Amino acid sequence: MYSQGLIGADNRTEETPEFLARFQKRIDAEEKIEPKDEMPEGYRRTLVRQIGQHAHSEIVGMLPEGNWITRAPSLRRKAALLAKVQDEGGHGLYLYSAAETLGVSREEMTEELLSGKAKYSSIFNYPTLSWADMGTIGWLVDGAAIMNQIPLCRCSFGPYARAMIRVCKEESFHQRQGYEIVMTLAQGTPAQKAMAQDSLNRWWWPSLMMFGPHDADSQHSDQSMAWKIKRFTNDELRQKFIDATVPQAEFLGLTIPDPDLKWNEEKGGYDHGPIDWDEFWRVVKGHGPMAKDRIKARKKAWDDGAWVREAALAHAEKRRARKIAAE
Amino acid sequence: MTMTTPLWEVFIRPRNGLAHKHVGSLHAADEVMALQAARDVYTRRGEGNSIWVVPSAAITASDPDQAAENFEPTADKIYRHPTFYEIPDDVGHM
Amino acid sequence: MAVYDALLELADDHLILGHRLSEWCGHAPMLEEDLAMPNMGLDLIGTARTLYDHAGKLEGKGRSEDDLAYLRDEREYRNCLLVERPNEDFAHTMLRQFYFAAFMRPFWLAALNSTDVVVRGVAGKAEKEMAYHIRHAGEWVIRLGDGTEESAARMRDAVEALHIYVDELFDSSDDARIAEAAGVLPRRADLRGAWDRTVAEVFSEALLEQPRAAYAQRGGRQGIHNETLGHLLAEMQVIHRAHPGARW
Repeated sequence: MYSQGLIGADNRTEETPEFLARFQKRIDAEEKIEPKDEMPEGYRRTLVRQIGQHAHSEIVGMLPEGNWITRAPSLRRKAALLAKVQDEGGHGLYLYSAAETLGVSREEMTEELLSGKAKYSSIFNYPTLSWADMGTIGWLVDGAAIMNQIPLCRCSFGPYARAMIRVCKEESFHQRQGYEIVMTLAQGTPAQKAMAQDSLNRWWWPSLMMFGPHDADSQHSDQSMAWKIKRFTNDELRQKFIDATVPQAEFLGLTIPDPDLKWNEEKGGYDHGPIDWDEFWRVVKGHGPMAKDRIKARKKAWDDGAWVREAALAHAEKRRARKIAAE
Repeated sequence: MTMTTPLWEVFIRPRNGLAHKHVGSLHAADEVMALQAARDVYTRRGEGNSIWVVPSAAITASDPDQAAENFEPTADKIYRHPTFYEIPDDVGHM
Repeated sequence: MAVYDALLELADDHLILGHRLSEWCGHAPMLEEDLAMPNMGLDLIGTARTLYDHAGKLEGKGRSEDDLAYLRDEREYRNCLLVERPNEDFAHTMLRQFYFAAFMRPFWLAALNSTDVVVRGVAGKAEKEMAYHIRHAGEWVIRLGDGTEESAARMRDAVEALHIYVDELFDSSDDARIAEAAGVLPRRADLRGAWDRTVAEVFSEALLEQPRAAYAQRGGRQGIHNETLGHLLAEMQVIHRAHPGARW
């Protein structure tokens, strides 16, 4: 999945203008930056924060969908959902690995998540309340993620770009399985159709918020664009997403919950109604309906697993000692 | 204090005849669990038929600051490349 | 209908254990294990689906895999008690997995010679999956058994809790006996030696002892379960049953 535009990044650098110009020249020449290369401290910090947020989003993102694995209404859906949530764990793992190349450990990042210091995509702080949400999340949330992730495959930082290529390859099944779920419901019984519409109503606006604040209000966008960590602005990606999604909803016979949504011939895209930024910031600041529960669940998994991790390390130490003794 | 579980680099051979290629990394306490984790994480879609895992700490890497002295001196040794030599077309493919 | 019933027993074992593993998803002790457990769960659910489908066809009443999985109650479920035991902690979960795989591997190897072509097909795939489950769960049993004091104590607790469900694996119900006589399924009692060897090997490295059950718990094949299964089924079946006849 996806971490929305960078929240609270600090791009300051203290390097000399010559150094920064040299670095920018490499970036402008589309050279990839690799972990041991010299880079501005701000570039490194931005990446650690962004990749970390992205990884946390994948991991926390396992929870809302994990909530329905045990209730999936057919065995086919159960297998697909389990495989999908597993993929999200994998994506988190690839991303933590990419961040670790910059010298921050997975344990440190995990502690930042559990202490509430690190952010993750606020979409996951909404509850999943019906089976239809499994469809809608795949369709909208993964759809929004793909919009963001495809350009990230060309990100200037090599390990991040490589992780994203792997993620994107795997992600393409997620959106399709989601859309297929919604389509089946939309063509199903009246109760199923109502379930699909209700789900779209609840997830539409949070999905638009996933792209982050409007460009005019996004403090960190310019520097990230210049460094080619980011390739498109929040508003550009949001527009692409809306333009792609509206016809998909029409095909399903579902109504997007925005009375102001209309085609704008001149710009060749849809205009949409105002986004509730108060809600956005409220959720970003940790007041989302499921925020406390999500962190509690992650903390419980981490704490309950401590004895397992300790045992594995203790056993590894014994193996090493035995091997040395045998030599 | 948090204990850290060692980091491993994972290399996969997609099929016989190809070389093992670096695909990413993971954490595991020992080499047996690292191999199993590599299988579970990096080969879920038939990506390969052989896995290597190497402790990340065991890798010695060249210094990017020495990249120029390491790799640039080779650039002007064009006589190492076949196209440097002129052979008449009449001789045929060589 | 004995073969149908015997296949259902086998399918139920796989679905219930796969479901139990899926309960861990997102809550594992480490991220790597959040990928490993679903892999095993998906193997089991995949096998269950093929077996349900096949059983439904043998029954000939047009029941699909989902009809069989979602529309039967506790008393109709035929899984053995081991697979329905709650996850408890990672030690219980890995030991349960190890016990089951140590049984199913020789079972599927023997079933490669089944007179039933679908069973042969499942066996060819499943014996490899079970070989991996033995390795993965077995390595964890070793690490936890010979890890820290706490992990060793938890592992011993798991052995104490689960060993009473082992003997039931080797029982054949009346239906299973008919399927065995017809060469469709292997004789369960014949697999004890292989199971004992696998477990002994891992337990010696794990510094664990396999106790003989003073009294083995049985009943799953007759639909006499522990109370936990009803809750599992209630959760698993709730959406499917709330919308009779709906497609998903």
